Amino acid sequence: MSDSTEMKKGWSRNQMAELAAHDIPDGSCVNLGIGIPELVAQYVPEGREFLYHTENGLLGMGPTPESGEEDPELINAGKKPVTALPGASYFHHADSFAMIRGGHIDVCVLGAMQVSGNGDLANWSTGEVDAIPAVGGAMDLVQGVKNIFVITTHCTKTGDAKLVEACTYPLTGVGVVSRIYTDLAVIDVTPEGFRVNKLAPGVSFEEVVEKTGAPVLPAA
Amino acid sequence: MDKRIQSVSEAVADIQNGSTVMIGGFGEAGSPIELIHALIDSGARNLTVVNNNTGNGEVGLAALIGNGQVRKMICSYPRSSHSKVFPELYRAGKIELELVPQGTLAERIRAGGAGIPAFYTPTTVGTPLAEGKEVREFNGRKYVMEPWLQADYALIKCETADHAGNLTYNKTARNFSPIMCIAATTTIVQARKIVAPGDIDPECVVTPGLFVDRIVQVAEPLQESKLIAEGVSYP
Repeated sequence: MSDSTEMKKGWSRNQMAELAAHDIPDGSCVNLGIGIPELVAQYVPEGREFLYHTENGLLGMGPTPESGEEDPELINAGKKPVTALPGASYFHHADSFAMIRGGHIDVCVLGAMQVSGNGDLANWSTGEVDAIPAVGGAMDLVQGVKNIFVITTHCTKTGDAKLVEACTYPLTGVGVVSRIYTDLAVIDVTPEGFRVNKLAPGVSFEEVVEKTGAPVLPAA
Repeated sequence: MDKRIQSVSEAVADIQNGSTVMIGGFGEAGSPIELIHALIDSGARNLTVVNNNTGNGEVGLAALIGNGQVRKMICSYPRSSHSKVFPELYRAGKIELELVPQGTLAERIRAGGAGIPAFYTPTTVGTPLAEGKEVREFNGRKYVMEPWLQADYALIKCETADHAGNLTYNKTARNFSPIMCIAATTTIVQARKIVAPGDIDPECVVTPGLFVDRIVQVAEPLQESKLIAEGVSYP
């Protein structure tokens, strides 16, 4: 990895995205959330092919167009310009969410505010009185897509744990997350709770335990 | 059955105060900006508007809201980098919001057009958005009951229409438009091109003309993001 943060302890955003990309099987239909999850598309392993779904009505989404080639009527769920690859299809919103809710999408990678040890996800609202609530397609995605991966920093900017015993923010879904990629570790959500799958370079199991707000089991 | 209307103002002239209006579009993609501006000119007030978002800048849907014509928004994502009109009114308690997950919003609209008064979805189970709603178990899994959504009018942008109202769309500008066409009593469409019957291959029709009542040509629609970049506000 040629990332400038290579020598630092832990994984960078790009490295977390690369790890997630490596866990997606060849031929998967994938929906990427807005933010860090979008980076996953840059790290498709050699020899694998993913089909990207964007909930605003495109299957077979390609990369960002060249400057000057943007089409305001060809965008992704984050409302950014994208391209359509050969073999792509357009469809209306009810069909798009039939793909999602009907279990036809294999993997969705999302960001998180909090994840609990039983896989509850909170990623749409801080619940503050003054906040404008906005949910988009997140609640449909977590219920319908077969595997929900989360990419997030292990702690908030102020050092609070994002992996917790029980979410304090309003939930997006109950028991929906299967795997979490943080800057410190890859962590699976198992029937026994959080379990380390892989530690980042220079990070000890003890540090992960200390920075997690719920019990964590060592790698099996 | 020629459904052509001469002007956008004529096309929206009968929209009454208190109407429920579905407006197609996902952000600016597919937003019928000329029809929305005609609705602003018409002055109809106390509207309930169904759209995925709440508009950007001070044009299109954001201008309709900013002009005080909307009583209530039904949407999934009332936030964006350029949306300031809705958040200000919402924080001031001057506009109502019904927040609906995007897939549930789409299915409620589809159900409304298809004559299905309610359905069960796994979306929102165990979250604050399921509070007060009927929950039922099917095959050991919980589902929330959601009602259909219907409207008096739909305002739609399409790429090509024929005289009978058969429609095709452009790329991801399709989004909510085909389902809104079926869920509204009166569907009003602005089309970039209007062609003679037979010029759209029946195999390629996305919205059958049965669901469309009025079509008006807007050959070169305004582009919302361009207007915002230029600092334009409507009216």
